Amino acid sequence: MKISKVFIPDDSSSLSVGSEETFLAFNDQLESESIDIIRTGSRGLFWLEPLIEFETEIGRVGFKNVSNNEVGKILTEFEQHPNYIGLIDEIEFLKKQERVTFANCGKYNPLSVDDYIKNGGLTGLKKALTLNQEQLTEVITKSGLRGRGGAGFPTGIKFKTVLNAVAEKKYIVCNADEGDSGTYADRMLMEGDPFLLIEGMVIAGITVGALKGYIYLRSEYPEAFTKLKNSIDIAKSKNIIGSNLLGSNKSFDIEVRLGAGAYICGEETALLESLEGKRGQIRSKPPLPAYEGLFGFPTAVNNVITLATLPIIISKGFNFYSSLGSRNSRGTLTIQLTGNIKNGGLIEVPFGIKLREVLYNYGMGTLSGRPIKAVQVGGPLGAYWSEKLFDTPLDYETFQENGGMIGHGGIVVFDDNIDLRFQAKFAMEFCSIESCGKCTPCRIGSVRGKEILEKIIFGDNVEKNIKLLLDLCDIMENGSLCAFGGLIPIPVKSAIENFKEDFIN
Amino acid sequence: MDQKKIKDIIEDNREKEGSLLPILHAINSSYGYIDKSIIPIIAHSLNITEAEVSGVLSFYHDFKTKPPSKNIIKLCMAEACQSMGCNDLYLKISNLINNDNNTSIEKVYCLGNCSLSPAAIINNKYFGRLTLDKVTEFLYNEDK
Ligand SMILES: Cc1cc2nc3c(=O)[nH]c(=O)nc-3n(C[C@H](O)[C@H](O)[C@H](O)COP(=O)(O)O)c2cc1C
Ligand code: SF4
Ligand code: FES
Repeated sequence: MKISKVFIPDDSSSLSVGSEETFLAFNDQLESESIDIIRTGSRGLFWLEPLIEFETEIGRVGFKNVSNNEVGKILTEFEQHPNYIGLIDEIEFLKKQERVTFANCGKYNPLSVDDYIKNGGLTGLKKALTLNQEQLTEVITKSGLRGRGGAGFPTGIKFKTVLNAVAEKKYIVCNADEGDSGTYADRMLMEGDPFLLIEGMVIAGITVGALKGYIYLRSEYPEAFTKLKNSIDIAKSKNIIGSNLLGSNKSFDIEVRLGAGAYICGEETALLESLEGKRGQIRSKPPLPAYEGLFGFPTAVNNVITLATLPIIISKGFNFYSSLGSRNSRGTLTIQLTGNIKNGGLIEVPFGIKLREVLYNYGMGTLSGRPIKAVQVGGPLGAYWSEKLFDTPLDYETFQENGGMIGHGGIVVFDDNIDLRFQAKFAMEFCSIESCGKCTPCRIGSVRGKEILEKIIFGDNVEKNIKLLLDLCDIMENGSLCAFGGLIPIPVKSAIENFKEDFIN
Repeated sequence: MDQKKIKDIIEDNREKEGSLLPILHAINSSYGYIDKSIIPIIAHSLNITEAEVSGVLSFYHDFKTKPPSKNIIKLCMAEACQSMGCNDLYLKISNLINNDNNTSIEKVYCLGNCSLSPAAIINNKYFGRLTLDKVTEFLYNEDK
């Protein structure tokens, strides 16, 4: 085997299992050879990390779980080495996917504009510069793209509202707060293909007539922060952003801002408050941010994946995107398969795939080898489901009809060691820790909810306390100002409903 | 805290829209915490009330008002990490560092490393598939 290049990820997840040490070992070993080592994002095959790739005469081949002390052996044994896994493109987990937004993540140096352009980068933006704002909103609307941050709001309609709002200035705000447990797709994209987000934000800016975009990034993602800052500097130097960008008469600038460790700042109005330098407390709606957003100006707040999908929709056309998916959920869903799972990672497929297929054909069951007892889909506000709901297809509508939600696409898997009473208690506890404090049902209700669940766990008046808990859930659902307090009853109620045996024995 | 440096940080950031968070972040990352005695300086420079500054300072989990310990273990306690035993790990680590005044443990909720749980950040380094052994080894090397 003849190696021409070595690819080593520096995505946070791969770093967390030693990819930096592996890089240093390769760097040492290859010092005297003319083989380039390229740092990349991750392919999202996390159970294989550190996943090292070689460019060879037969294509890109991989080695899984490469620790620094295996490097010497790998370089002498090549395909004889036990960690050799053959052609990357032939890995089942990846081959079965239909990657659109993540098509290039992990393939090249995320900070190389040349690689980005070679792989189709900037075609969307260049095409967007030939269209007018009405045409752009129309393409985005017709693609069927809906917000990937959780609420699934049609992106084209939001853009149209901001476009039509009359104001002295407008903003694009990228929501990169990604607070939902069991999710990391935004992080992977920002670390692995940041120019795609930048290109998407510029397209959004041109579409609605904004000159400035902020990325509100959670502080738990320092690697993404560095990558974003560097890629923005590079984009500026190449005139991808700035005034008269790419020689056009359009201008757009981007700045990254760090959150400060508050889950609620993922909610768009709390996020705007935080960007303005205030406590991250929810604003009551109306007015919608599309009319009165950042500093009172019309603002399109959108998730990372939503924005990063715009370049592909513009370059390939709305039909390409809207032809994928099921029901009113068009395009692809980026599933993050996490927790107690054998093959955990990022799965981008058209909406409509069955949960069971994800868990068993991609995930291959639990890492512990024990039966799957429960899954939680959609982050900390998502429902706990048991086996009997595993045949549900993943799309917004069907999930909602079954009392669940897709949210940002995270799936957390639990084996039969889990006791759902503790998961219900955690939901209330999390709410009490992260509540913004503005309204009583959430601020006080979550504390009471946690106390009631402690009694239930203790075995104190279980049936009576379950009834009390369900009443409290009702009050939180109906009386909370925002979806945090309003949705936290979902994990609690679904745990009781789908896992009665854990509560009453 | 060095007042001159604080004033420089404020000057560097004051032109930004919504400058309070960037200022607090810059101070917090330089010193590891934000001493309450500098609240009036910030309030005065930005022409806002001290109550507003205190309110923001206390709202966000990242901002600390006391000097941090030398080693900080931020252990993820959210669902994906729960499914891989973070609750148990939390107890074990707490036991390990019980008599260690240099090390503290802090609960955080999701580090975006949920396919390699349990996850943590220790002294700014990411960890996945964390075990007690890995923590012990890392702390030993940090304290050498
Ligand atoms: C409690 C709460 C937390 C949220 N966290 C996030 C988040 O971390 N990231 C995100 O993109 N949207 C989050 N959202 C949704 C946002 O409020 C908003 O709907 C979204 O950013 C809009 O962008 P989209 O249309 O592209 O999805 C959250 C909502 C709630 C109620
Ligand atoms: S429901 Fe909770 S997070 Fe939402 S506004 Fe009320 S207190 Fe704040
Ligand atoms: S839930 Fe622990 S890293 Fe995401």
